[in-house]
Amino acid sequence: MSQAAIDVPKGGFSFDLCRRNDMLAKKGVQQPSYRKTGTTIVGLIFQDGVILGADTRATEGPIVCDKNCEKIHYMAPNIYCCGAGTAADTEAVTDMVSSQLQLHRYHTGRESRVVTALTLLKKHLFSYQGHVSAALVLGGVDVTGPHLHTIYPHGSTDTLPFATMGSGSLAAMSIFESKYKEGLTRDEGIKLVTEAICSGIFNDLGSGSNVDVCVITKGHKEYLRNHLSPTPRTYVSAKDYTFSKKTEVLLTKIIPLTEKVEVIEAGDAMEE
Amino acid sequence: MSIFEYNGSALIAMVGKNCFAIASDRRLGVQLQTVATDFKRINQVHDRLFIGLSGLATDAQTLYQRLMFRHKLYQLREERDMKPETFASLVSAILYEKRFGPYFCQPVIAGLSDEDRPFICTMDSIGAKELAKDFVVAGTASESLYGACEAMFKPDMEAEELFEIVSQALLSSVDRDCLSGWGGHVFVVTPTEVKERILKGRMD
Repeated sequence: MSQAAIDVPKGGFSFDLCRRNDMLAKKGVQQPSYRKTGTTIVGLIFQDGVILGADTRATEGPIVCDKNCEKIHYMAPNIYCCGAGTAADTEAVTDMVSSQLQLHRYHTGRESRVVTALTLLKKHLFSYQGHVSAALVLGGVDVTGPHLHTIYPHGSTDTLPFATMGSGSLAAMSIFESKYKEGLTRDEGIKLVTEAICSGIFNDLGSGSNVDVCVITKGHKEYLRNHLSPTPRTYVSAKDYTFSKKTEVLLTKIIPLTEKVEVIEAGDAMEE
Repeated sequence: MSIFEYNGSALIAMVGKNCFAIASDRRLGVQLQTVATDFKRINQVHDRLFIGLSGLATDAQTLYQRLMFRHKLYQLREERDMKPETFASLVSAILYEKRFGPYFCQPVIAGLSDEDRPFICTMDSIGAKELAKDFVVAGTASESLYGACEAMFKPDMEAEELFEIVSQALLSSVDRDCLSGWGGHVFVVTPTEVKERILKGRMD
C-alpha cells in the first residue's frame, strides 16, 4: 500500500471540508463561532527583566466556557508568550513555534533569543494574512537583555517598554499610561501588572476571573498561576442538592475491568 | 440556524473521587423532526477512555472513525493504550488540521489515567482544548448544562452519587432544550468497572 493511502497527515492545514462547508454557508447555515479568549494580556519591562500578565477567562460568544484557563504560554525556558484571539490559533501557533525553538536549541546549543521567536511567529502569521487570528504579547530575557514585543494577527510587530493586547487592552493601557515609569522594581512591576489586569477584568466584559503573572529575569523565571483571585465565588450553597426520588434507570450494564497484567520477560526461557 | 443545531445534542462529563461520569442524551433529529431516540453519541476508545461528540452527527461519526483508526495505529505501534492526555492532544491536532474547513463537532473526552486519576476535557470545533477540574459540557443544551452543573457539582463524589448528580443535571437541562432529550445514556467509570446506564426521560 502506498504511503499516501494511509491517512496520517504530515502537517499543514487540510482544506478537504471547505467546499462542503462553503456550500452549507451559501444555503444559509450560520458559520460556527470559535472559542475566543476575549482577553486582557499585558507585559512590561522592569529593572531586571520582563513581567507578563493575563486574565483567565475564555468565552464562546456571550458564554464563559472556561473560568480559569491559561493564557501565558511557554515558548522557551527564558521566553513566554501571552495569547489573545481565537483560542485554538494562539495555542497552536505558540506550541508550534515553541517546538521549533527547542529544535533550534538542540541544533545550536545556545539559549533561544526573543527575536528568533518573534520572527518565527510573525512569519507564520503574515503568511496566513490574518486568517490565523492570534494577537500575542511576547516577552523574554536573552543574552542581549530583556525584550517585549506585541504581534498582531496580520504579522506586524511592535517593540515596546510596556504593552497590552486583547479586548481589555484599553482598560489595561490606561493604568500603564498613568503609572508606568522606567526602572520599576520587581514588586512594583508585579503590582502594576496586576492592577492593569484587574482593570481589564472589571471594565471589560470579555475578561474576567483571576490574574496570572509570569516574571522572567536573567537565568530565572517565576510563573505565578492565579496570583490574585479578585472575584471569588460567593454563591456556594451550604446545603447539598438532594433528590427525593432516584433517577429512573431503564437498563444497567456492568463491564468489569480486568487488572493490567505485568508481563515479566523471562530471559532465555524460549531459547534452546 | 447554526449547523451545530441541526441534529441536537447534550453532552456532559464530570469528575468524582477516582472516577468519572460521561453522559449524553439519546435524540437524533433533523432540525425539529426526531429521527431516532436511541442514538449513541458517546464512544468507548479503550477500557477507561471515552469520547462524546456533539454537533453534526455525520461529522461526529466520520471523526470517530478517524480517531479510532489513529488510536489502533498507536496501539499496534506502541503496544499500549493511549493516555487520556495524549488522546486529547490527538483529537485537538486532528481538529486543528481542518482550521479553515472544520468538522462541525465539539468533542468531550473523559478517561482514567494509569494512576486512576480522572481526566476530562472539551474542545471547540477547531481543537482549542479546555481542561477542567470539575465538569465539562457541550451541545445544544450546553447553556442549561453549565447552570445545572455549576449548582450541583461538588468535589470528591463517589461513583453512585456522581451518577445521580450527572443524571439529574442532564435530565433537567435537556428539558429546557427542544433539540435534545429522549432519555439519557450515562457511563460511570471507576478503576474496577464501567457501569453503563440508560435513563428514562421525558419523551417530548
